[in-house]
Amino acid sequence: MEIPYSIEEREDTGLINSKLGIWIFLASEVMLFGGLFSAYIFLRIAAPPGDFEYWASKLSVPMATVNTMVLISSSVSMVMAWASLKLKDFSKYKMYMGITLLCSALFMVIKYFEYTSKFSHDIFPSTSNFMAIYFTLTGLHGLHILGGVIVMLYFYLPISHKLWEEQPEHFTNRIEALGLYWHFVDLVWIFLFPVLYLL
Amino acid sequence: MSSSSNNHDHHEENFIQKYIFSVDHKVIGIQYGITSLLFLLFGFSLMAIMRWQLAYPGTEIPIVGFIFGESGVLASEQYNSLGAMHGTIMIFLGIVPLAVGAFGNYLVPLQIGAIDMAFPKLNAASYWTYFVGGVIMISSFFMPEGAARSGWTSYPPLSVFENGQTIWLISMIFLITSSLLGSMNIIVTIVQLRAPGLTWMRLPIFTWAQFVTSFLLVLAFPPLEAAAVMQLMDRVAGTSFFLPSGLVMSGEIVDVAGSGSPLLWQHLFWFLAHPEVYVLILPALGIVGEILANNTRKPIWGFKSIIYSMVFLGFISFIVWAHHMFLTGMGQAMSAFFQTTTMIISIPSVVILTSYFLSLWGGSIRFNTPMLFALAFLPMFGIGGLTGLPLGLAASDIYLHDTYYVIGHFHYVVAPGTIFALFAGIYYWFPKMTGKKMSEMLGKLHFWPSLIFMNGIFMPMFIQGLAGVSRRLADGGQSYAHASGVLEWNEFMSISAFCLGLAQIPFIVNIIMSLYSGQKASRNPWDSTTVEWAAPSPPVGHGNFDGPINVYHTAYEYSVPDDKKDFKPQFEN
Repeated sequence: MEIPYSIEEREDTGLINSKLGIWIFLASEVMLFGGLFSAYIFLRIAAPPGDFEYWASKLSVPMATVNTMVLISSSVSMVMAWASLKLKDFSKYKMYMGITLLCSALFMVIKYFEYTSKFSHDIFPSTSNFMAIYFTLTGLHGLHILGGVIVMLYFYLPISHKLWEEQPEHFTNRIEALGLYWHFVDLVWIFLFPVLYLL
Repeated sequence: MSSSSNNHDHHEENFIQKYIFSVDHKVIGIQYGITSLLFLLFGFSLMAIMRWQLAYPGTEIPIVGFIFGESGVLASEQYNSLGAMHGTIMIFLGIVPLAVGAFGNYLVPLQIGAIDMAFPKLNAASYWTYFVGGVIMISSFFMPEGAARSGWTSYPPLSVFENGQTIWLISMIFLITSSLLGSMNIIVTIVQLRAPGLTWMRLPIFTWAQFVTSFLLVLAFPPLEAAAVMQLMDRVAGTSFFLPSGLVMSGEIVDVAGSGSPLLWQHLFWFLAHPEVYVLILPALGIVGEILANNTRKPIWGFKSIIYSMVFLGFISFIVWAHHMFLTGMGQAMSAFFQTTTMIISIPSVVILTSYFLSLWGGSIRFNTPMLFALAFLPMFGIGGLTGLPLGLAASDIYLHDTYYVIGHFHYVVAPGTIFALFAGIYYWFPKMTGKKMSEMLGKLHFWPSLIFMNGIFMPMFIQGLAGVSRRLADGGQSYAHASGVLEWNEFMSISAFCLGLAQIPFIVNIIMSLYSGQKASRNPWDSTTVEWAAPSPPVGHGNFDGPINVYHTAYEYSVPDDKKDFKPQFEN
């Protein structure tokens, strides 16, 4: 038994199920990160003057800037991947999805070097409240990247060609939902970067 | 394949596919129902042990005393564990999964004329995440550290140092994830899969209630997830999100970075936990609305006002959370704001309750078991709601905060309130779920004692609370002189609690007996108007209905003048 409106849009709402689902999921994600950002504000107000600024200065702005560029590029290539599917060009899709995967891997590698350089200077989550919220926020964001990478891999591995052949429309919709999620993860970083590194 | 007529489009399923790892919303709903009812019974047993301790402090617990060591006497830490786990289990493993997981899953697709939920696999994932979370929570009793003992609210700094809390947090992360998956699914299902003709204002009250509830779960739970992650960091990674500088424990300053804030936890926690109160009550209001309309044989009074009130309630419930925190020293401006919003939120609740009372006016009421529970819900919820007003005002809350008055207040909302509504729902929809009617006689034997003993437990709590007896005292207040005048109520309340337990036996017997030898139920045994009664009882395998559904009327067209029958189903032209 097929669930209606998984592929074609419902007339009065103009939506397919998965698109509405992913938007509601993203709303809950906004609340998750919103909770942590409010915690950041709360803790910053409670901290001794200058404490947050002092520890923020230990972070590497150049590395984070590169990472910001990397993530924005991955968002662009994600859109291109989806657009290629809309144009029924599967090989282009594979290329752009590959670039997105590379970018996310690069992001995680840079993040790894950032984390280890902190640890090597004896800076841990327990060192200060700024570092605690820094590691919690970026750690949770990293987990979101990882989750995205796992889904992207599924749609990149050879099985994706079979999925595409069987139900091209459905496949395109799934990439669109994945893309929405990916842009959101990007957007979280766009907020994290100034809040943690620059303020 | 003899039974292939119903499921001709897929191969025959074996037992495990059909009943264990099913993606059918009806099976998942029943899985949720059975699991959460067992958890409710378990949570109740924890409370029964605590009540023995309160009535007869320091004496041996009968029957189960051997669990608590050689002497069979409950130690204070064990009392704290039982208290924390009673709250957690009742709310997160009992009532929410029963109200949203079981009723929502089973009935929402049926009420909107859909063949299943929008995401059947996600639905199964939601149940199994809940199941794993529940197993982790229960397993904490058998861990060397024991179960969590910092209350269901888990206030730091205590919770950061107290035993058992790590397992509690991990379990909570599972339960929160499960709720998110489930409620996303319900929202998408209601928006996308409504049958042709089922416009928003034709949706039954129950489905509306589930819709608003799901939004509350989707938006309020994630901040608690964030808070749980932070408390986990405090316990595991040594951070100090919730630990202030210079915190002294056992005479020594705790070695952490400091400058954290215990208040931050309370804000994040209550940002979930206040909307959670409406998660507990809205599905109950939905169930009661259905049953009242059906058994008064009248359209529900003020249908639109009820719907608008529910939506308004949902919005406002996000900005009342700090009325739990008047005594934390957060400041008078904050208190003034939150007591104002709290007074505002009482308005839609009163609108809904008043509409329900007015619905009774001039109806020819059928006093069957579901209706009795639904009728009892109204005054019980009323008592619970009205006793909340003094707690919502900052001035009177100073006196009543953290006393038994609070316990009495929220138990009136949730126990004889929500749980009665859920009982009503079980009696009402049991014929739809199983094709068998439940026994009316046993139902009444369940209802009357339950009503009496519920009040026997919770009414004296107001007396004790007004006299100033604090909650969470392992000896029930024996060591406080000011409590001595009202302590004789403890025994009365405890005996009522044990009797309440006994009063559930007819219910359990009724379910099992009716399953085997109950009277066969027709498609629409209550002569109801909503769409779920168009399906066979029980609804057919995958697909629910035996034909396409069209909706022609609003939800409660009972006793339409000049009509031959006294009800006009939504699905019949």
